[in-house]
Amino acid sequence: MTPVTLLSRGAVVLLCCWVLLPIYLLIVNTFSSQADVSGFPKNLIPPMDTENVEFFMGYFGVGKALLSSLKVAAITMILSIGAGAPAGYALSRFDFRGKNLFRVFVLMTRAFPLPLLALPLAVMYIRIGLDDSVLGLAIIHTVLALPFAVLITYSLFSGIPIELEEAAWTLGCNRFQAFVKVIFPLVLPGIAASAVFAFVISWNEVFAAAVLTIENRTLPAFLLQSLGTSPLHLKFAGGAVMVVPALVFIFLVRKYLFSMWGIANR
Amino acid sequence: MHPRLLPYLLLLPAAFFLCVFFLYPFFLVAWQAFFTDAGEYTTEFFSEMLGHWKFEGALKNTLILTLIVVPIQTALALFMATLVSGMKKGRDIALYIWTIPLGISDLAAGIIWLAIFEQTGFLNSFLYTLGLIDQPQTFLGYQSKTTIFVAIVLAEVWRATAIMLVILVAGMGLIPKEYYECADVFGASRWKQFTRITLPLLKPSLQTALILRVILAFEVFAVVVTLGGTNLPVLMSEIYVWQFDLRDAHVAAAYAMVVLAISILCTLVIMWALRTPKEARI
Amino acid sequence: MAEINIKQVAKRFGKTQALHSIDLNVEDQEFLVLLGASGCGKTTLLRIIAGLETASDGEVWIGGKRIDKLRPKDRGIAMVFQNYAVFPHLTVFENIAFGLRMQKLDQSTIDKRVKRTSELMHIDSLLERYSGQLSGGQRQRVAVARALATEPSVLLMDEPLSNLDALLRMEMRAELKTVLAESKTTTVYVTHDQVEAMSMADRIAVMHEGEIVQSASAIEVYRDPATQFVGSFIGNPPMNFLNAKSSGNGEWNIEGLLLQGPSDRTAIQFAIRPEDLQLCGVKSSTESNTDQLIEPDKLHATVRVIEPLGSHKLASCKVGDALFRVVLDSDSSVSAGDVLALKPLPDRVRWFDPESNKAMA
Repeated sequence: MTPVTLLSRGAVVLLCCWVLLPIYLLIVNTFSSQADVSGFPKNLIPPMDTENVEFFMGYFGVGKALLSSLKVAAITMILSIGAGAPAGYALSRFDFRGKNLFRVFVLMTRAFPLPLLALPLAVMYIRIGLDDSVLGLAIIHTVLALPFAVLITYSLFSGIPIELEEAAWTLGCNRFQAFVKVIFPLVLPGIAASAVFAFVISWNEVFAAAVLTIENRTLPAFLLQSLGTSPLHLKFAGGAVMVVPALVFIFLVRKYLFSMWGIANR
Repeated sequence: MHPRLLPYLLLLPAAFFLCVFFLYPFFLVAWQAFFTDAGEYTTEFFSEMLGHWKFEGALKNTLILTLIVVPIQTALALFMATLVSGMKKGRDIALYIWTIPLGISDLAAGIIWLAIFEQTGFLNSFLYTLGLIDQPQTFLGYQSKTTIFVAIVLAEVWRATAIMLVILVAGMGLIPKEYYECADVFGASRWKQFTRITLPLLKPSLQTALILRVILAFEVFAVVVTLGGTNLPVLMSEIYVWQFDLRDAHVAAAYAMVVLAISILCTLVIMWALRTPKEARI
Repeated sequence: MAEINIKQVAKRFGKTQALHSIDLNVEDQEFLVLLGASGCGKTTLLRIIAGLETASDGEVWIGGKRIDKLRPKDRGIAMVFQNYAVFPHLTVFENIAFGLRMQKLDQSTIDKRVKRTSELMHIDSLLERYSGQLSGGQRQRVAVARALATEPSVLLMDEPLSNLDALLRMEMRAELKTVLAESKTTTVYVTHDQVEAMSMADRIAVMHEGEIVQSASAIEVYRDPATQFVGSFIGNPPMNFLNAKSSGNGEWNIEGLLLQGPSDRTAIQFAIRPEDLQLCGVKSSTESNTDQLIEPDKLHATVRVIEPLGSHKLASCKVGDALFRVVLDSDSSVSAGDVLALKPLPDRVRWFDPESNKAMA
């Protein structure tokens, strides 16, 4: 091994530690007793005390917030794939007037601070009765997730040779049948990945959730609201509850993270 | 149905959605910033915003944070992407670990770094064990703005470098290996290859990554609130305060216009600075 | 059982004219090859017949029925694609059965047809495999079996062999020819490979810049190219062309060679295939006085490069300022710099009009 490779190996390991260590420390805190959390100096091996987590889960409002979070994320997932996948398909398969305009439009949404949308929507929702509702929040989360859904599905559909579809047409399928029998089975894992991505975006979003909901707070909004008042150990347990699904999700979609951006820059 | 209409039909749901819940609300935000509830044009909300004692600090803090965080992240992401491009074994696992923060919200990231920086946190604990301090220090108190700032920078670099990394790794994946082999044959060093091949060909990806990252940096909110509380105001936290605690949506909208304006300005600057003619792309 | 009639089909992509008013008839059971360089419009024409592309103008008829407004599935065609388009999520069996299931045939008929076509294509042992477990050649066979299983009235093939390596391509060429001759299906086959075209076709339609420039049997296209393009595109090495000067009374002077030709022109081009030249003498480059060699019934070519190709030697020469290729016996001891005295075989000489580039009677 040359010194250069040794050095770069070392750098890779160091950077892995840089990412993992803070998460580990959070987990240590989460699985410590209340006394340990505020104790000093600290132990680096967690006592595996679940009292903290149990207390958090039983804490007033947490169960409801968790449920709201799941509901909002699920609706976001359905809406963003439902609207995004057809658009991704259209972009990958057709040449039409306005195609570039639409692509730029979708990409441009990323150039705007989207959480700001929460402000006018708060007013608009009161008028149409969507205020403080799970659906209302899911809609703004969909605006956040939709550009990604369009980009991921666009790259997915582009990755499937058009000849497969044409072959199905010549073998007796109409457009819809060809899609269902040939394209859909092939893109299904990717669609699932982009749905997971939409889920994560919604699961993590704080600002709009805090602005738009009062009764139906999602978990991040709940945590943010109670930051000032809740004791430390509760914050850590809440943080851990939020982080763990993220770890799983990123693992599930890791293959698709990169392909999406490969095509988006073309 | 005419086949030419099909693509438009497929775009309709997404386009409708973005128009109603993206374009229209932005129009509303602008309206709220410039017009009173009675519908009269006024700059009163902007004056109120500019006159407020926290505005200057919030703007300054946001800009300085962005100016510190984004260059560090760009350099780090480029370094990580380069490291990983030379790897065979362990590439996937390294990339997985490095992209974990992508799934972690700014709020959770704030809480994670709170565990390190709070008074009975791991940093104090570590320094104490080494014998460098006699008693726990207050890093995040109202007199210690500098350490709050450092903590926020660390948390932001930790959390949000991943998105740039993903875009840059994807971009590097599009550069054919042959270019580097060719450069090797001509005797170019690793550094020369990086500056003469990687960077120029990576410009479109770098552009996307920077735009995305800079805009997200202007939206920094939960990390700041978690670590700094109200001690370190930024634009987004002020919007939250005006909307909720002070119940004045108009001034909040005026703040939003400021965030929007600097976002658009930065996007345009980055687009111009890193422009690549279509013919010169891979 | 179907003939194809293409009537004045034109295709424009924006401002570019991909096809100029094509007229073409394919007989029932005929094997027609569309041959041309890339970008000549041959694939576009095939895709218009298939219904994957819409013609800007004109009509397409199959078996006496106008089909250009129908969807691909209603045209009675089957197609084999260049990259095979074998569905990766289905087994070989299900790939072959795909079209049959769409026709809603009963299971026993499907089993029978899949069995028959897979045996015909020698893939009956692979029926349970997926596309990813097959070699390129095997995928090719699945694609053909899948198309034939639907018993189409017209089979369309788009460069089906171009992704195979040379040896496999030769093998599949012969096999496809046998299978298709047995199935008696009207076939339109697109290729840019002239050897493939000549070896398989009942008739070749040579395309150039969106037009069919010649449509005839392989030997006719080779011997009597309708235009200069056909002469230089078909045949490897291509036909030689030289400018001729009139010396009156229908006699033409081609760089010293005097030949009787068409008499009603002022300018004309002489053409001959490289293998239709008789070597009458060699003047080595080491001998000094070359001018003694000039004879009026011979063409004098200065050798630039000799390429030994096994079965023969190819000499690239200069006649005047023009490039001129000659096929020589592999035993001939000619080297660069030598001057060859060549006598064209009289019945193989062709004449072209330099303005229209068309052959003259």
